[in-house]
Amino acid sequence: MNVEIEARPRVRAGRAGLRGDAVRFAIFAALLLAAPLWLPLVGSYTDLGTRVLIYALAAMGLNILLGFTGGLSFGHAAYFGLGAYGTGLMLRYVGPNMWLAVLAGVLLGGIAASLLGPLVMKKRGIYFAMITIAFGQMFYFIAVRWNNFTGGEDGLTGFQREPLAFPGGAIHLTSVPFYYFVLSFFAIGAFVLWWVLNSPLGHAMVGARENARRLEFLGVRVELLTWIAFAISGFVTALAGSMSALLNNFTSPLDLYWELSGYFVIICVLGGMRNFWGPFVGAAIYVFMQDYASSLTKNWLSVIGLMFILVVLFFPRGLLGMLARRRSG
Amino acid sequence: MELLLFGAFNGLIVGFFYALMALGLSLILGLNNVINFAHGGFMALGGYLAFTLVPFVGFWGALVLAPFGAAALGLIAERGLIRPLYGRDPLYSLLLTFGLALILEDMTRTIWGPQGLPFSIPDFLDHPLSNVYFFLTGYRLLVVIVAAVATLGLFAVLRFTRLGVCIRAGNADLETVASLGVNIYFLRAANFALGILLAGLAGILAGGQLGLTPTMGSSLIMPSFVAIIVGGAGSLIGSLLGGLIIGVAAGVVTMYAPAASEVVIYLIMALVLLIRPRGLLGQEGLFE
Repeated sequence: MNVEIEARPRVRAGRAGLRGDAVRFAIFAALLLAAPLWLPLVGSYTDLGTRVLIYALAAMGLNILLGFTGGLSFGHAAYFGLGAYGTGLMLRYVGPNMWLAVLAGVLLGGIAASLLGPLVMKKRGIYFAMITIAFGQMFYFIAVRWNNFTGGEDGLTGFQREPLAFPGGAIHLTSVPFYYFVLSFFAIGAFVLWWVLNSPLGHAMVGARENARRLEFLGVRVELLTWIAFAISGFVTALAGSMSALLNNFTSPLDLYWELSGYFVIICVLGGMRNFWGPFVGAAIYVFMQDYASSLTKNWLSVIGLMFILVVLFFPRGLLGMLARRRSG
Repeated sequence: MELLLFGAFNGLIVGFFYALMALGLSLILGLNNVINFAHGGFMALGGYLAFTLVPFVGFWGALVLAPFGAAALGLIAERGLIRPLYGRDPLYSLLLTFGLALILEDMTRTIWGPQGLPFSIPDFLDHPLSNVYFFLTGYRLLVVIVAAVATLGLFAVLRFTRLGVCIRAGNADLETVASLGVNIYFLRAANFALGILLAGLAGILAGGQLGLTPTMGSSLIMPSFVAIIVGGAGSLIGSLLGGLIIGVAAGVVTMYAPAASEVVIYLIMALVLLIRPRGLLGQEGLFE
């Protein structure tokens, strides 16, 4: 699963390493599939697990850009929020069709990212971060100001998850079935990302991160590559946003706000942004910590802020990055 | 016509807040190579410090002292938190100042309360100076004067003092400056504090005009980013100009289509990036 370019050759390459990966993945998949069973046992609840999946998917979408292509996007809340609004608006104004609603969210966020890509990519490095975060705010203000359509500052209400209609009947998406609904989309999103990263395109993206100039000498158009990564990233993050609107039966401008963009970045770093599953681990830690801290203290924003600082100063490689280093060293 | 003037002048005032913020951000971006997300937090801090100081030293005393208070805290943050990150992946300094921004906003809310506070300005500044141009109050004139003096002061410091020369040289080539025997750790700390000083000043001026709220920082920092992008990286005059342009544009649009007043500055930014990616006065080849 780890597509990081290793500085030294893999020691445990070959069949044994692959089997280890497969076993770990099987355990991980089993844990996800059984989550509604074991979450209550550890004092939690299913919706929190759903939230982990949603944040994980959003961060994994961001990470194809941040961790693998090397683009510091601080504006991904925009595509997350657009995904949420696309889904909410579709359900509210057009009709109670879940598939169409998800599609609308994914398209709205993904197309916005694809169109903005060339504009924000004029500059690199920290300047790129500043441009992405500033553009993200544009959608925030549109949502706040287009009162009669988006519900303005109070957020968009008046829609809810609809039953999934199948030829043999309908499934009502209560908490647990909805978890599996989100898990299916999470699996699709994760598979697409995994497939891209293991394709020649994905290897070129990692090359762009490591040494963009050398890649350009080889005839690869790094700008086009970054654009593709930005677009894919936007589509996946929008899918996560769409799920978020369905989870809460609500979306608000806060889903577009720049603070959320920063949370997505710290989730990637917290888990380990050079690792495919890093953002998932980061999302799990973040969501549980936020849930716990906000029940414990009014100053949970400071707790999150402190987490940012501690991670940067003491765990810059993230959890999986640290584990991988310990194993190989 | 009067409506247009009214909007433009209102926008000019807000534009000066953006410009003061953008100048500080731009200084820090140049020499420290950090996008200071906590800039808004320090700005709010400046305003709130002034609010607390006014009963003791009066408005004018607070106007002078509070920015230095904010700058002192900025200095502590730079020394303790940001300094270990120089030379590392710039992502980390972004995340660090981001965390700092969250903490500053939360602390401001905890110490001074979540509700907005009225920041009282001297009575004689509160009256319109002209019966026709009712929007021209003494306070607004003061904002323009103080902001202009601060900006001129900044340019004078950069032009005529040894510190300023070192800062400009460091922007061009920090390594050479270091090898010539300048203590670049001190230089970066001083530069950071100078940037926060301007933010603190903007906080007080904005507090008197718009009132103090814990979120004032996070609502003013984004337009300041836009100001830098429009004006161009690497040019302080560009940041100043960018701030004033988007301020006036937003002010004028507010008069005719209030709903579009925020969106318009992002459209200007998009237009600039489309036509002239380096910004109006930006250095060519920076961050490319």
